[in-house]
Amino acid sequence: MEKLSFRLSAPKRAGGTRTQAIVGVVASGNLEVLLERASPADTCTIDIATAANGFGAVWDAVVRDFVARRSAGGLRISINDGGARPDTVALRLAQGVRKIEEPER
Amino acid sequence: MSDWGMQKAALGERLTGGRQHATGKVVAIPNLLAFLKAVIRSGDRVCLEGDNQKQADILAVALANLDPRDVHDLHMVQSGVVLPAHLDIFEKGIARRLDFSYSGPQSARIARMLFGGKIELGAVHTYLELFARYFIDLTPNVALIAAVSADKDGNLYTGPNTEDTPTVVEATSYKNGFVVAQVTEIVDKVPRVDIPGDLVHFVVEANRPFYVEPLFTRDPAAITETQILTAMLAIKGIYAPYGVRRLNHGIGFNTAAIELLLPTYGEKLGLKGKVCTHFALNPHPTMIPAIEAGWVEQIHCFGSEVGMEDYVAARSDVFFTGPDGSLRSNRAFCQTAGLYACDMFIGSTLQIDLEGHSSTVMTSRIAGFGGAPNMGSDPRGRRHPSEPWLKAGAEADPDCNAALRRGRKLVVQIGETFGERNTPLFVERLDALDLAQELKLDLAPVMVYSDDVTHIVTEEGIANLLMCRSKDEREQAIRGVAGYTEIGRARDANLVEQLRQRGVIQRPEDLGIDPLDADRNLLAARSIKDLMLASGGLYRPPSRFRNW
Repeated sequence: MEKLSFRLSAPKRAGGTRTQAIVGVVASGNLEVLLERASPADTCTIDIATAANGFGAVWDAVVRDFVARRSAGGLRISINDGGARPDTVALRLAQGVRKIEEPER
Repeated sequence: MSDWGMQKAALGERLTGGRQHATGKVVAIPNLLAFLKAVIRSGDRVCLEGDNQKQADILAVALANLDPRDVHDLHMVQSGVVLPAHLDIFEKGIARRLDFSYSGPQSARIARMLFGGKIELGAVHTYLELFARYFIDLTPNVALIAAVSADKDGNLYTGPNTEDTPTVVEATSYKNGFVVAQVTEIVDKVPRVDIPGDLVHFVVEANRPFYVEPLFTRDPAAITETQILTAMLAIKGIYAPYGVRRLNHGIGFNTAAIELLLPTYGEKLGLKGKVCTHFALNPHPTMIPAIEAGWVEQIHCFGSEVGMEDYVAARSDVFFTGPDGSLRSNRAFCQTAGLYACDMFIGSTLQIDLEGHSSTVMTSRIAGFGGAPNMGSDPRGRRHPSEPWLKAGAEADPDCNAALRRGRKLVVQIGETFGERNTPLFVERLDALDLAQELKLDLAPVMVYSDDVTHIVTEEGIANLLMCRSKDEREQAIRGVAGYTEIGRARDANLVEQLRQRGVIQRPEDLGIDPLDADRNLLAARSIKDLMLASGGLYRPPSRFRNW
């Protein structure tokens, strides 16, 4: 088990008003992503607990691209990773932002 | 000069020897060992039928049970080395030399035995290449083949898995070779004559079906969102603009995803009738929804697939079937069709290097080629034009006089940037090179050569290698779709962006595809049960795929 933390300046603030969203599942090759509106609007913090050790450089690249391309400002993101591949991580992060931006019913 | 007819005389001796242990053409199982000892000579070139699906398993085990003091130094020439008995023959010193195509489940053991000197390797071939050599310099003296049934005259019915049999028998029997068939049962009249009896010297009644493996069944339940995304990219970014109607799909989840997206995503794009109308393809269960939705005009098959028999028989408008109703497959003809009459091959691979060579060899395994390098290569003997072939040729060489320009076959490698256990698809150096060094092979086992591959598709986008004008551009185009692999992270971001401006690299957003739309709900079937239902109950999945 490895723990990684990132605090990145985010060019775009996450839209919507939901306070939190959760996507994915904890399973081998998959991951669970919890998003909370709990950071300053220009910042995104990401805490990762991963079952796969030694992929720090890949995580760094994935989360930086995510924050640069998607609207992640104001979010605190917690990831519980079961050794997912980077493409799955990127997809879940994007799904998470879409979900927290959904209008509340 | 008086010695003409020696081969006929040798065949006569084998026939005389064989008759001692047979009743007419029929050899009973208890006599099989003595029979084989009487008809096989040390040093013979032997084709033991091991196809993709159909295995002459009883004959294989019997051959391995011969005494190496009686029979030794055989030269095995067979397409598939699949059963343990296929290698026991070498372990025991009955056979020495091997020429083959595919070794899937035996890939680790075959590498060990090559390294340990138990096997003297001729070469690893593609199917069509090995079949060609059956008629030139690897003609079998003895063929041990498999069929469903035979009559007393030796007429054979192969059922839907005809596969290699006609080719093997043609090469052996018409060149004074000796042919023995293992059959499930002997009947008064075979349902159809796949192999005429005068080419078959003896038959062995096995009283049980030959071994057959469901190699082409991919469970839709295991298809991931990333695979769906790569499938969407391929359909919208390659199938649509080139108008690919005639093609071959490799085995794998990426192409299974494409098959299952045709009636949904493909329909939405208005592509029905414009792409995917003619295939060289095994009857993949994941093709059922597209066939049922009226996408497919015609499919010619290399072999069959377990559980698809009744479905194929009921869809003779699409498949080639015999007067008995069942599928007629033929590997040699279908490989030829895939080579010359298809405009595209698309399949997955395990490793791609910076030049674009791809290989399915991983350290210490020699899995062979099967048919992929034949499908996945540009046939230089092709002369008939078609829209995709001309368009690809023009992209590769825009300045050439169009009337003198060769077209190009589309050869597409599709996959996720990371495979199982986070293994990167893109590598600096292919494992195949290390294997070639270790085994002292002249050639590294490369599945698709760099100069044949035209496109690489990953979840990050499509790289069109036809439009690369230098080695450097090609390398950056590959790095540019290599995602978060080390190869991908070491890209020259400026050059990659320039390639994107020129359309050499296309991202999902460049094609109007939102990765978030890559949802399993897009699949026309999401489980094996869905496939069965889509077939109206005609598809009968093997028990291992039934989880309901």
